[in-house]
Amino acid sequence: MTAKTVFDDVETLKKELIRCMKCGNCMSVCPVYGVEEKESSVARGKIALGEAILDDKIDIDDETLVKLIFNCLVCKSCMLACPSGVRYDRIILGLRATIAKKKGLPFIKKVLFGLLKNPELFDKGMKAFATMQGLFLKHEEQKVRAPRGLLRQFGKRFDEEFLLPEISKESFRDTVQELEDVEDAQATAIFFTGCSVNYFYPEVGNDLIYVLKKNKVRVITPRKQNCCGMPVMVHGDIDTARELAKKNIDIFEKVNAGYIITVCGSCGSALKHEYPIILEGDTAYEEKAKKWTDKVYDISTFLLKIIKFEPPKGELNLKVTYHDSCHLKKSMKVFNEPRQLLKMIPGITLIEMKKPDMCCGSGGSYHLTHPDTALKIAQSKAEDIKQTQADVVCTGCPACMMQLFESIHRWDNSCKVLHTVNLLAQSYKSEEKENV
Amino acid sequence: MIDDGFIKKCKDIFGPENVLTDKAELITYSYDATPGIPSEIPGVVVFPQNIKQIQELISLARQTKTPIYPRGAGTCLSGGPVPLSKGVVISFQRMNKIIEIDADNLTATVQPGVIISDLNSAVSKYGLIYPPDPGSMATATVGGSVAENSGGLRGLKYGVTKHYIMGMEVVLPTGEIFRYGGKTVKNVTAYDFTSLFVGSEGTLGIITEIICKLIPAPKYYKSMIAFFDRIEDAGKTVTDIIRAHVIPATLEIMDKVTIQTVENYAKVGLPVDAEALLLIEVDGMGKDSVDWEAEKCLEIIKENNGKAKVAQTAQERDSIWTARRAALPALAQVKPATILEDATVPRTKIVEMLAAISNISKKYNIMIGTFGHAGDGNLHPTLLIDPLNKDELERVNKAIDEIFEVALSFGGTLSGEHGIGVAKLKYLKNEIGKSGIKTMRRIKQALDPDNILNPAKLVPVED
Repeated sequence: MTAKTVFDDVETLKKELIRCMKCGNCMSVCPVYGVEEKESSVARGKIALGEAILDDKIDIDDETLVKLIFNCLVCKSCMLACPSGVRYDRIILGLRATIAKKKGLPFIKKVLFGLLKNPELFDKGMKAFATMQGLFLKHEEQKVRAPRGLLRQFGKRFDEEFLLPEISKESFRDTVQELEDVEDAQATAIFFTGCSVNYFYPEVGNDLIYVLKKNKVRVITPRKQNCCGMPVMVHGDIDTARELAKKNIDIFEKVNAGYIITVCGSCGSALKHEYPIILEGDTAYEEKAKKWTDKVYDISTFLLKIIKFEPPKGELNLKVTYHDSCHLKKSMKVFNEPRQLLKMIPGITLIEMKKPDMCCGSGGSYHLTHPDTALKIAQSKAEDIKQTQADVVCTGCPACMMQLFESIHRWDNSCKVLHTVNLLAQSYKSEEKENV
Repeated sequence: MIDDGFIKKCKDIFGPENVLTDKAELITYSYDATPGIPSEIPGVVVFPQNIKQIQELISLARQTKTPIYPRGAGTCLSGGPVPLSKGVVISFQRMNKIIEIDADNLTATVQPGVIISDLNSAVSKYGLIYPPDPGSMATATVGGSVAENSGGLRGLKYGVTKHYIMGMEVVLPTGEIFRYGGKTVKNVTAYDFTSLFVGSEGTLGIITEIICKLIPAPKYYKSMIAFFDRIEDAGKTVTDIIRAHVIPATLEIMDKVTIQTVENYAKVGLPVDAEALLLIEVDGMGKDSVDWEAEKCLEIIKENNGKAKVAQTAQERDSIWTARRAALPALAQVKPATILEDATVPRTKIVEMLAAISNISKKYNIMIGTFGHAGDGNLHPTLLIDPLNKDELERVNKAIDEIFEVALSFGGTLSGEHGIGVAKLKYLKNEIGKSGIKTMRRIKQALDPDNILNPAKLVPVED
């Protein structure tokens, strides 16, 4: 049974809303406000709208109100700048959940979210799309695709500059063994792959397993794991999010390893930060969620703080800049460790951007629903990356990788986009070559 | 007032993309950062790009007797931009260009929507600063802070906004454009319009361009923190430092409630048994003079039974200022809401004022943490409240009335840096008297005969 939370009863939002002093500090850090320069773009404005709903000054299904409540990346930058500790994430997700409940989900979201609940069907769907992707997407270069005319009918977001990594015909989880064993293991960890690694970036997954095995960690990759639930959560479909969370927790309980490792800021944030919120008051799952929360680590923290880490010795002569994924930095508070790791790789020079923790504009699907604003945010990011003159922009979130890759091409830069574990693996591999 | 015709004309003037009309959008322009004051939803919000559009809007507003409410970033703490009688909110969020930085004349010319900290980063390349630094400088606009005459942490040595405005372009409520001042350091032509328009809280004209005075950024600084067992000793230290002719850039005080709350929240290592602490930073262009000033402060602290610690590294300096910056956030965590006042007294009355606030806190059973700019007598008694508790709200209002009464009885003022707006309107005649109110009404009437510009703010309509 679930107790009344902000997701079930809009009245419970009141005690969250009154914490906001309307000081406006959130405006200085909000990427959406930075582009749109109007009050409704930023947390303070959305909190005021929440209050107006509770005071019956506006209907929750007012068309503009709904648009405004969904015009947010949920990057949580505002929460770091907030002097009163307003729990804006609960507010915005609570409002979205209430709207979704009242209005129902749009047809397309219903179909997609329904698929997510059924991992086997979702997997089949992704693979079917992988075979048919040529219909919608044309080959650009190896592993990259751009929309064909057909897809471009769906909106200006899908112009010829819109690039996507190719969907693998074989998913990552199809290709790895569920148990990758090592001799004298110092730890056993569950690898929570997330959908992006599974379908778009299998090489990140492979490199992760390689790096962990190098460090004598036994890796279990449960084949039947589900989507983390973040994409449905941000659209207000809390029921589906809860279902996915419970299924994942059941799997963790069954496997029962000492740690869960993520390579995606959003997945890590969902598991570590959001599960306890959405399962609050659920007698069967609240405690379990909290228990697993303590075992979730981003790969960089896990390597540096949990196990005895063997730094790679192979030299990579590269200038690297690091982009902070919002969910990794602002939710999981991980930003030092990836930088530390990069600095440990021989030959890498880390050059910081002016605003490394400014959102890239991806926000899950924000870049599809709000293309104009997202593209402007992405452009600032691309320009910031360009001025570092780095060879590689590195990050800890596959969703950011997609957005960064596209923006870099769009604004004419030859910089490569890689995950931190890609660089670690490269260094280990070049070390092996040197030793041969 | 605002009907479809009015809105259509607004769209013609500003372009449809610069006009907000949907109710949900309008709701987000119904407030500023002031707690406990009435709010109202405007009829329309417009974003001007140039002065001609503002003139056209004024002409439209005069014909239809529609009130106009100029607004910066809405960080105001006295209700300045709240559209009390509906009407038009004219938002300067998109009129935010730095027009020129003239490093040789030490000036910057800006549009009103420029954010204060953006101006400071732009001039820092030339080794210059724009000193007014309100707590909200990362968000607040130059135009808004000029209209409110806001202050900040550096007020003791560097003054408030009015000391840094050399000239302006203003659209008067009659639609005329008026420019005064310029880049000359000396300029005594005509009335002193800076004193008239700075702090006029949007009631006398709409500011469209501002010439700011810049100063060289100090090269050296020394920061220290001092603890006292008796609040009287802290107060005397403040007086003695100034008496020794040392003017620190910043001289901040925190009372016991604030110290304990900050320590509890931020764990920065403050002694929780201290009755008061002072944060002091001296700065300047010469190392010797800065060292001398710091030495002098340390001597005085010691003479007054205080224990001091000087920051030796940039990191230690940061940790001192972390404690100060944590004051409001820490207090805000204790109760659901906070009311931050800015009652100000002559600095020799700081101790008496702190004692009075503490008595008021007991009398009305309201938790009040006080911190603020001791050097300039500008205190921030911060009332911690639960807005859902009606009985408490009544006591809060009485406590606030009494805080201002005491401040005035000490020869103080209603506002050190937030302005009057609507929040303190009812106290105004207690400070400037009936003749003061009459004078203000005459000025308002002379410049804004139709009473269309931010009506019912700053100038009381009724006695």
